Amino acid sequence: MITGADLLIESLVDEQVDTIFGYPGGAVLPIYDALYRSLAPFKHILSRHEQGSIHAAEGYARVTGKPGIVLATSGPGATNLITGITDALMDSLPLVIFTGQVAKGVIGTDAFQESDVMGITTPITKYNYQVNHVSELPRIIKEAFHIAVTGRPGPVVIDIPKNISQETSPARSQRDFYLPGYQPTKHPNPLQIGKLADALSRSKKPILLTGAGVVTAKASDELKAFAEKYQLPVTNTLLGLGGFPGTSNLSLGMAGMHGTYAANMGIYECDLLINIGARFDDRLTGKLEHFAPDAKVAHIDIDPAEIGKNISTAIPVVGDAKEALKALLNSDIELPDHKAWKEKLEHNKTTYPLWYERSNDVISPQWLTEQVYRMSKGEAIVTTDVGQHQMWAAQHYPFDKPNRWVTSGGLGTMGFGFPAAIGAQLGAPNDLVVALVGDGGFQMTLQELSVLKDRNLPVKVIIVNNEALGMVRQWQESFYEERYSESLLSTNPDFVKLAESYGIRGLRVDKEDDVVEVLEDVFAYDGPVVLDCRVEQKESVYPMIAPGKGIQEMIGVTK
Amino acid sequence: MKRIITATVQNRSGVLNRITGMLNKRQFNIDSITVGNSETEGIAKMTFVVEVSDPQKLEQLTKQLNKQIDILKVSDITDKAMVARELALIRVGGNGQSRTEIQGVIAPFRASVIDLSKDSLTVQVTGKPDKVDALITLLRPYGIKELTKTGVTAFLRGQQPQQVTEINSFSV
Repeated sequence: MITGADLLIESLVDEQVDTIFGYPGGAVLPIYDALYRSLAPFKHILSRHEQGSIHAAEGYARVTGKPGIVLATSGPGATNLITGITDALMDSLPLVIFTGQVAKGVIGTDAFQESDVMGITTPITKYNYQVNHVSELPRIIKEAFHIAVTGRPGPVVIDIPKNISQETSPARSQRDFYLPGYQPTKHPNPLQIGKLADALSRSKKPILLTGAGVVTAKASDELKAFAEKYQLPVTNTLLGLGGFPGTSNLSLGMAGMHGTYAANMGIYECDLLINIGARFDDRLTGKLEHFAPDAKVAHIDIDPAEIGKNISTAIPVVGDAKEALKALLNSDIELPDHKAWKEKLEHNKTTYPLWYERSNDVISPQWLTEQVYRMSKGEAIVTTDVGQHQMWAAQHYPFDKPNRWVTSGGLGTMGFGFPAAIGAQLGAPNDLVVALVGDGGFQMTLQELSVLKDRNLPVKVIIVNNEALGMVRQWQESFYEERYSESLLSTNPDFVKLAESYGIRGLRVDKEDDVVEVLEDVFAYDGPVVLDCRVEQKESVYPMIAPGKGIQEMIGVTK
Repeated sequence: MKRIITATVQNRSGVLNRITGMLNKRQFNIDSITVGNSETEGIAKMTFVVEVSDPQKLEQLTKQLNKQIDILKVSDITDKAMVARELALIRVGGNGQSRTEIQGVIAPFRASVIDLSKDSLTVQVTGKPDKVDALITLLRPYGIKELTKTGVTAFLRGQQPQQVTEINSFSV
């Protein structure tokens, strides 16, 4: 006989889990006790807030492709995970989250630390379970891992009443499962691939739009081969960065609200738009009626519900991006002459590149981002929060490989970047991990500095410090007549002293002339560093599609 | 446009909540939902009557339903040959003279009186929703004291005509 808590540990070993992120509490004490007693070959990372655990698990999932595992107690433990669960659902990251629950006998009585986890998490998970009997636990865990990583990945919650963790069950419990209602389509329909190939053979102005689906499906090599074989121009979404080499001459850069002029005009003027694994988010499309108005739209997606959701699609292809690209590579397509189209795109690319103005003394955040790129030789895993620093990273740090860009796209979560960097470093211990964070977002989860110290993780935290909620400030400047309502952070802490109080090396730089030297020091240092970079406060992210405008109506394209 | 959509679902805990939650989150306007066990143990059938504004929204609705892990099959049967039924219980005020009249009104609808009290009677009617609504309209002048409806439950007829001649014959 074996307890539910021990069964849980056994199942995690069975799933070859190497890291779990969590925080103990009353309802999960039996599980933590089992963890203490077991010789399980995985490590537990103690965050300082459950939000830290779950964003770390997201970072881990993004760089490893494996599910991130989270363990939290009932009630407040579970509710502290809500932001991260929603974030993972929006960005299709696989997570398996275990929450403690009060004992079955008192569920529904408003017991101490009870919250309706099933009710709360149903709209923000791919699936969720409450365990009713200890013998179900192994099957449920197997199912949860399967659901989290297959098809379109997403978070799965398993809510475990305390008595279930304590009760015993025969050791070899049922692990087999059958989910007849969940059979994701991996292989695309050949007929639809044929239609796509045919459309490509007739297209004079084709463009590829690539999203996170390419990265998730590990389809980067196939995408590169496909784009190069037919010399197709490629643009990407924010989360698609790294799916196709940003330094390739076929890359037009990112599209959307802060995308490049070449990418957005490419979408505006194309006659065939092939979307691979992106979901036509409104920050990408701008006003729908101006999005690819003259194009035939083909959409490859593993989630059929994404096809036709926002943009009507002439050629739907349901399936895995890798399989679809393989099938397309195997179709012999005769392409018409694209010379004029390519020249036009190239003209846009060279005439209207991303730009910024450098001031002489204060650090330009875009230039800072470029220095991080240059000095990390483009090899770093970069995590960010949401806001200006995120857009500058997306614009000025060209990602050539997948799984090196960890950012909160769909939900736009402040406080994501730093804990995500912890998870990324644990998932990729030999890689350089840089957390590019804003001074606002960093203060939402900076308690996780304790984890850096605990584990001596060599994460380089670079605070792009403009003493403001920069993107809010920019919008107030542009759309609210410079009424900076509650967006200026003049009472920031001394981040150097703060880092030092956690036993972490803290540095500050406020002159451009010193940046290179300080960054050299930061990257050479074998251990965690917090670098407070004082940048120009008044800097804005350009170019931009103003809210409610079409993709062709960019502002700030040139100086 | 009103659509009748049926779903075959696994009878797991929270499945109704999951589905209504999804419909609510995605702003679909639900007229009625009925749920009950099917011929197979562990499998339930649901019938939704949903108001959707256009074909694109309808497609999104069926896709989102299909995406639910507990849903095995989704069909929009509005334009097919099908049987659709609804049950209504109507308590109408009446005594003496009006009782006889009410009996006369409900007879062509094959409705029946299932309860009587001193000054009211309860009518049970089953049928297509428009028939049920027609009877309710006719009974209204007698004073409806209480009314409850089950919502539509439906499935396809055993045999589908080669060409569906009665497209949109079902007017909900």
